[in-house]
Amino acid sequence: MAQITLDGIAHAYGGKPRSEQDYALKPLHHVWEQGMAYALLGPSGCGKTTLLNIISGLVIPSEGRLLFDDKDVTHLPTKERNIAQVFQFPVIYDTMTVAENLAFPLKNRKLPRAAIERRVTEIAAMLDLTSVLNRRARGLTADAKQKISLGRGLVRSDVSAVLFDEPLTVIDPALKWELRSKLKAVHRALDLLMIYVTHDQIEALTFADRVVVMNDGKAVQIGTPDDLFERPEHTFVGYFIGSPGMNLMPAKVLGSRALVDGAELQLGAVYPEPPKGQRVQIGVRPEYTELSSMAGVPVQVRRVADLGRKRLAYVTLGGQPIVATIPPEMSSIGDQAKVVFDPARTHVYVDDIRVTGAAP
Amino acid sequence: MNGKPINNRAWLFVLPVLAFVLFSSIIPVMTVVNYSIQDTMGVNNFFWNGDAWFRDLLNPSTAIGARFNDALFRTLAFSLVCLVIEAPLGIAIALCIPRTGWLVGLTLVVVALPMLIPWNVVGTIWQIFTRADIGLFGAALTGLGLHYNVTQDPISAWTTIVVIDVWHWTPLVILLSYAGLRAIPDAFYQAAQIDGASRWAIFFNIELPKLQKVLVIAVLLRFMQTFMIYTEPFVVTGGGPGSATTFLSIDLVKIALGQVDLGNAGAMSLVYYLITLTVCWIFFTIMTQLERRGDV
Amino acid sequence: MTFVLENISLSVGQETVIDDVSLTLGRGSMNVLLGPTLSGKTTLMRLMAGLDRPTTGRLIEDDLDVTSIPVRRRSVAMVYQQFINYPSLTVYENIASPLRVAGVDRAEIETRVKEAARLLRLDNLLQRLPAQLSGGQQQRTAIARALVKRAKLVLLDEPLANLDYKLREELREELPRIFVETGAVLVYATTEPTEALLLAGTTITLHQGRVTQVGPTARVYRRPENIEAARVFSDPPLNEFVIEKHGPLVTLEGGRNLPLVGALSRLPDGVYRLGFRADAVAVGDGKSQGLNFPGEVKVTELSGSESFVHVDVGIGVWVCLAPGVHEWQPGAQVEARVDANRVFVFDSSGGLATTPFIAQTA
Repeated sequence: MAQITLDGIAHAYGGKPRSEQDYALKPLHHVWEQGMAYALLGPSGCGKTTLLNIISGLVIPSEGRLLFDDKDVTHLPTKERNIAQVFQFPVIYDTMTVAENLAFPLKNRKLPRAAIERRVTEIAAMLDLTSVLNRRARGLTADAKQKISLGRGLVRSDVSAVLFDEPLTVIDPALKWELRSKLKAVHRALDLLMIYVTHDQIEALTFADRVVVMNDGKAVQIGTPDDLFERPEHTFVGYFIGSPGMNLMPAKVLGSRALVDGAELQLGAVYPEPPKGQRVQIGVRPEYTELSSMAGVPVQVRRVADLGRKRLAYVTLGGQPIVATIPPEMSSIGDQAKVVFDPARTHVYVDDIRVTGAAP
Repeated sequence: MNGKPINNRAWLFVLPVLAFVLFSSIIPVMTVVNYSIQDTMGVNNFFWNGDAWFRDLLNPSTAIGARFNDALFRTLAFSLVCLVIEAPLGIAIALCIPRTGWLVGLTLVVVALPMLIPWNVVGTIWQIFTRADIGLFGAALTGLGLHYNVTQDPISAWTTIVVIDVWHWTPLVILLSYAGLRAIPDAFYQAAQIDGASRWAIFFNIELPKLQKVLVIAVLLRFMQTFMIYTEPFVVTGGGPGSATTFLSIDLVKIALGQVDLGNAGAMSLVYYLITLTVCWIFFTIMTQLERRGDV
Repeated sequence: MTFVLENISLSVGQETVIDDVSLTLGRGSMNVLLGPTLSGKTTLMRLMAGLDRPTTGRLIEDDLDVTSIPVRRRSVAMVYQQFINYPSLTVYENIASPLRVAGVDRAEIETRVKEAARLLRLDNLLQRLPAQLSGGQQQRTAIARALVKRAKLVLLDEPLANLDYKLREELREELPRIFVETGAVLVYATTEPTEALLLAGTTITLHQGRVTQVGPTARVYRRPENIEAARVFSDPPLNEFVIEKHGPLVTLEGGRNLPLVGALSRLPDGVYRLGFRADAVAVGDGKSQGLNFPGEVKVTELSGSESFVHVDVGIGVWVCLAPGVHEWQPGAQVEARVDANRVFVFDSSGGLATTPFIAQTA
């Protein structure tokens, strides 16, 4: 299978939507390509798990079609779709050993013994499970069990897509790193389509080639981690991506300058005048907002946070709270300081949507 | 030494219960112990007998020993037969009850009805039910040409008691199994679907292992109840024909109240009690072992 | 109120669950219990609350021994990881419940509940039932209930762990501010180093029921006294390798020699374990301090503003942090350059032998 197409897929639990509010998932068009890793990122209730379940067949969408290549699979049962799913908590068969767990899907499809053994050994090696192959699956740690869950999905050679539903939720933070890099390595090795649902942006950005940021049932922006970080198309993306999220300040935009609470900022492009009555905001990420002792916009420093490898200053510009990075050279910070914004990384948002300006 | 912080006021709440348990349980048990080591017919004549009753009881060559042995064997056989039928049947029915929807409530109530009927009423219902002339069950079986006579044929008597118990108590297994099944997260069924597992495979690999603890409880409860069975055989067959359905409790009552042989009866009931206690202890150990092994 | 734990230990059967913990927690202080799962954080908090009795040791509140006082009579509030609220009571009633139990009068209850609701932004949700709230709102209700008690000791057991990333960030900022005004002693348990750093205050690192280090958060981060404290306070995980020093010779496992640079030059002979965080090792270019390790890139993880490169250097797979977005292809041959000025050297007993790490003034 080379791609999965979502053609106007929408879903309202309960069947009869009367208004847009009733949709858990609003109409969506998208093409997922084989070999790519996608992340569905968004807060609870944004519709990401619903979308995942529609693709895997656990939920039949109330509207739209789902196509695997050109085949309409909207109503095809899960068993017959060539997908595998890894859930939030490890799903393993308690009574079987690790090897038997991995062999289970192949046994159900009546593959010959030798082929099953070969495949199990291969996948076990890929997931570092070889040493525990003959142990009872029940007694292993949570991360080993998740690897077994994953292995059961990968062991079928006809699987063309693997879906992950927040799989690292029960894993110890120290082991999350290992498991994440393992997932990425597996992705590289097997050229599968992988769709990963999470509310943790680090997980999404480190895992995926493309991230679908979702909110309230809608796909707000789809792009590479770089796109989402450097050019958030919607204020929600600016807020949700990045820790802390983007600084958003109401402003008045005049050509290549912006006025925030009386202070003047330089913009990286020339912007047309926004129509009256629309909300205009300036967005700059804290990574591009620097505290300075010399030039810049005056701010009040409320708090300084030391994060080890970087320091952040929580300041207020006029009445607006923003977060700035503290350059390593700066040693003492008083109550008053100045903040410098990088004009090239300053974005203008009109009614929450990003506006591009002309080159100056 | 340093236990939980102690709050003495709590003991006041427990006192009434303690008094009640003392009068309804402990004192009667001590009376029985007293009987079991004396030779008595009640009232005020007590002759010390030491452990003679116990030795006789546990020696199959004595009259009383043989009788006890037979009754014990019968009761154990009965428990086994009932368990073998009720456990699989209960699970099978529980699997058929839907997981969601309005039908669930209705089904559970209908299923639970047999358990709600007072036990001697159950006995009386079946007593009439099994009569060859006016009882539906009895008439139907004889009509089919089967030789069925509760009062005279040991096999009919046994079958009837077993059927009564199955009808009466399988609902307990059904309800416990259903609760256990509902506790299995959906994700397991979804994963099994994706793995292409057949219904049998799902049952053996997911449902049965997850029902382990529930099944241990169900088996324990059913064993204890069948081991102590009294009312139904008493009302329906009276322990007959002959001694075909004379289970331990029925025999015990015959000796204690019929023959007023309180010494023997006392010894017998203590031994009976100890057997039940031992079985409970075995099950408890199994359950704690299962808990200790744990799962995700 | 000053809260003191004096030689607190808890044994369950043969197992020592909490091992000789002594701590002094000052009035209005934020204390972070940092440790992996099952390191004893919850158990220790339960001992502090009086829910469990310690096998040995004493708890002292302002010079008063409270070890044997049952939790009902202590001034303690606890917030759990699972949003625990009374399901049949409205948000208002939930928050008011401890005050009702204490017999506070109606008017006072209303004032305090409204104030707590305002601080936690629950003002217009007061008539809802917990089931009608989102996860974040439920947890805020639980926190409001703890706040309204005005308890002298507030225990928070990974309270944000079940919340979305962004909600965590927001609440994490609000929590210290909300409770600090009450002057209570705050104890916050977490497994995440970043949370500890953001909460600041004092950090107490735990490992298998023992306290491995206590101190101001930034200091514990920069100068871990032993390898367990260093490991628990590193995200990504600490990179480590073992060396043996013999006079001027420093050998790695595997035989390779390392130059005698930085802290290594001042060490006495012996076997040492070196640990360094991801931001202390650069891939490719970077200051060459002589601690260079050739290796192969296994995978690169890009977050928006940083790249985490996993490099297999033979003696282990290290996570290296590179600023900005750089994608190294798996299989690429690179050099991991460890900054010898930011390496922690631990001796064979796990204690910090030396570190040239100069603490930054903030």
